[in-house]
Amino acid sequence: MRTDRPLTDLRPGATAVVASLTADPGLRQRLEALGLRPGQPVQMLRRGWWSGPLHVRVGMTELMMRRRDAACVALAA
Amino acid sequence: MNTIALLGMPNTGKSTLFNQLTGSHAQIGNWPGLTVDLMQAQLRIDGQTLQLVDLPGIYDLRGHSDDEAVVRRFLEATPVDLVLVVLNASQLDRQLRLALQVQQLQLPAVVVLNMADEARRFGVSIDSETLSRELGLPVVLMSAKYGRGLAAVQQAVRQRLQTSSSNDPRPEPEPAPVPVPVQQLEARLAAREAELEPAQAALLEAAVQLPAQWRDRWTRRLDAVLLHPLLGLPLFFAAMALIFQLIYAIGVPIQEGLGALLDAIGKQLIQPLLTPLPTFLQGFLLEGLWQGLGTVAAFLPVIALFFLAMGVVEDSGYLSRAAYLMDAFMERLGLDGRSFVLSLMGFGCNVPAILGTRVMRDRGLRLLSMLVIPFSLCSARLNVFLFMAAAFFPARQGALVIFGLYLMSFVAAVLTALVFKGRFPSSEPLVLELPPYRLPTLPQVLSRAWAEVKHFWFWSRRFIIFGVVAVWLLNNLPLGVEPASSLSLSGRLGTLLAPVLDPIGINPNLTVALLFGFIAKEIVLGGLAVIYGQADPVALGQAIAADVSWPQAVSFMLFTLLYTPCLSTVAVIRSESKQLGFTALSVGWSLLLAWLTSLVFFQGVRLLG
Ligand SMILES: Nc1nc2c(ncn2[C@@H]2O[C@H](COP(=O)(O)OP(=O)(O)OP(=O)(O)O)[C@@H](O)[C@H]2O)c(=O)[nH]1
Repeated sequence: MRTDRPLTDLRPGATAVVASLTADPGLRQRLEALGLRPGQPVQMLRRGWWSGPLHVRVGMTELMMRRRDAACVALAA
Repeated sequence: MNTIALLGMPNTGKSTLFNQLTGSHAQIGNWPGLTVDLMQAQLRIDGQTLQLVDLPGIYDLRGHSDDEAVVRRFLEATPVDLVLVVLNASQLDRQLRLALQVQQLQLPAVVVLNMADEARRFGVSIDSETLSRELGLPVVLMSAKYGRGLAAVQQAVRQRLQTSSSNDPRPEPEPAPVPVPVQQLEARLAAREAELEPAQAALLEAAVQLPAQWRDRWTRRLDAVLLHPLLGLPLFFAAMALIFQLIYAIGVPIQEGLGALLDAIGKQLIQPLLTPLPTFLQGFLLEGLWQGLGTVAAFLPVIALFFLAMGVVEDSGYLSRAAYLMDAFMERLGLDGRSFVLSLMGFGCNVPAILGTRVMRDRGLRLLSMLVIPFSLCSARLNVFLFMAAAFFPARQGALVIFGLYLMSFVAAVLTALVFKGRFPSSEPLVLELPPYRLPTLPQVLSRAWAEVKHFWFWSRRFIIFGVVAVWLLNNLPLGVEPASSLSLSGRLGTLLAPVLDPIGINPNLTVALLFGFIAKEIVLGGLAVIYGQADPVALGQAIAADVSWPQAVSFMLFTLLYTPCLSTVAVIRSESKQLGFTALSVGWSLLLAWLTSLVFFQGVRLLG
C-alpha cells in the first residue's frame, strides 16, 4: 500500500477516499462544510488547464477548488 | 412583533423563499450591532403580523467568515421567535449539520428542505417524518422556486408559534418560551462539535436514501462542453456577445421610439400648458426637467433587457462556471474567479458588485477587486455610449465602437490589477460550489428584472433631477446670458478647466456633462439634452455632431468609461474599504487613467491626420 497522496494527484474520472485535511482551521471548516470530510469518497471530474482549478464531486455536491487548496486534502491510498 | 429568521447555507433558496412568503415588499433593515443590512419584510399569517429576516448564507455557525460572524451576532442580539432553517434537500448529506447546530442551541426552529424537485430528479429520497422525529424539529419538504409546499411551511410556522396556547398532541422538545437572544453561542457549539458528525450520519442512515450514482446527466453533458479546456472560454464569450447583441437589437429601437414619443408629448402637450408661465420658468421645466428625465427614461427598456438577461445567466448556474473558466487567468492578476464574476455583474451596476466582494475574506484580494470593478462598463455608462455611437457613426461602425469600449473596459481592469497586485497581495483559498444547471422560471426572472429597473429608476431619479436642474441653471445663469455661451456659468467653468481638458478634446459643453457625470452617469445624457436644448435622441445627436468632431466624441466616451463611475460607487467603496486613502486612490487612479487614455487617443488621431 502506498502512503497518502494529495487530492491534486487524482486523475480525471478517478475516485478516492479522503484521509485527512491539513488545512488551517478556516479552510478546514469550509471544506468540511462542503462535504470534504475524512472517510468521504471524492471523484475528480476535470482539471483546468494552465494550472487552473480542479472540478471535483463529493457526495451530492460539485466543487471547484484551486490546486493549492486541494493539496491540503490527503487521500487514502 | 414576532421575528422569524431565515438561516441556511449559501444558495439554498432563502431569498426565493423569502420572496414567496412575503411577496416582494422587502425593505433593507438596520439591525443593532450589525454593520451590514439585512433584508426584512412583514408577513401576515392568520391575521398576525410577523417580521421575516433573511440572514446571509453561512456554512457553519462557528465559521470564520464575515457573514458567519454577522449571523452569530444577530442571534446573540435579537430574540427570535422562530428560525426557518433552509437546507438544499438534494445535499442533505452535508447540510444537515447546520440544522443540528441550530438544534444544539435549542432555538425554536422549523427545518425547510428546499429544492425538493432537484432531490427527486437526482434520486435522493427523504422520509421527512422520520427525519422530523429523529431531529425533534418539524421538517417540511418544498420547492420555493415553483411555490410548491409553501402552504405546508406556513402551516408549520403557525403551529410552531402557537405551541404555547394550542394543545398540540405531539410533545414539543421545548416549551415555547418568550424568546431570548442566544447566550454563549460559541461556547455551547464548541462543546458539542464532536457530536455533529455521528448525529448527521445517524440521521442520514435513518431517513435519507442517496442515489448510488450521480443522476444529473444534463449537468454532466453540458459541463463536458461548457467547461471544455479549449471550447469553454470562447463559448462563454460568444454567449455574452450574443446576449449583448440581442439586447441592442431589441432594446435600441424601443428606446428610440420611446424617446421620440416623450419628446412629442413635451412639445404637443406640456408646452401649451406652460405658456402662461414666465419664459425662464418655462425653459426650466421643459428644457431642463422634462427633456432631461425623458432622455434617461427612454433608456429604461435597454436596462430592463439587460437585467433580464443577467438574471437568466445568473439563475442558470453558468456564472459559477465562468468563475471556474477564468480562475487561472485571474489568479495571475492577483484576483480570482469570483472577482471575474463580480466584474461581470458590474456591467449591470457597480454598486452591488462592490458589495459582493464581502464574500472575500482576504483584505488584499478584496481591495484589489474593488479597485478593478469600477472599470466595468455599467448600464448607466452604456446609455451614454449607445447614444453617442448612434449620433456619430453609422450602425455598423457604431457597433464596433461599443465593442471597442467593452474591450477597453477589460484592458483597463487587467492593467489596474497588474499595476496594483503587488500592493494588495492575497492568499485566499478558493473553494466554490458548482450548482447543477437550472432553468430559470419566467415569473422569477421577470420579477427580478422589474425590481432592478424600479430600483435603478427610483434611485437614479434623485440624481438625475438634481443634476439636470443644476446643469440647466449653470447654462442659463447669470440671468439674461445666451444659454451655454462663454459668459454663462458653465461656459466659465469650461474655460477654467480648458488647460486640462483641451488636450483631450473635451470642449466646455462636454466639460459640464463630464463634471456632472461624476455624480452619476445617468446625468450625462440628461445634461447633454439640456445643454444642447434637444430631447429627441436623434435631434440631440445631430446637435452634438454639429458641435463636436468624432475624435472628440470618442475621447469623451473613453473618459466617461474610465473615470469614477458615480458618487454611489465612491460612497460604497468608502464604506466597504473603511479607508479614505484607498477611496482616494481609486478615484485618483481612474481619473489619471481616463485622462491619459483620452490624451493618447485624441492626440494620436490628430497626429495621424
Ligand atoms: N430547482 C430549484 N431551484 C431553486 C429552488 N429554490 C431556489 N432555487 C434556485 O436556487 C438559486 C439560489 O436561490 P436564492 O434564493 O438566491 O438562494 P439564497 O439561499 O438566498 O442564496 P444566498 O443569497 O447566496 O445565500 C436560484 O437560482 C434559485 O432560482 C427550488 O425549489 N428548486
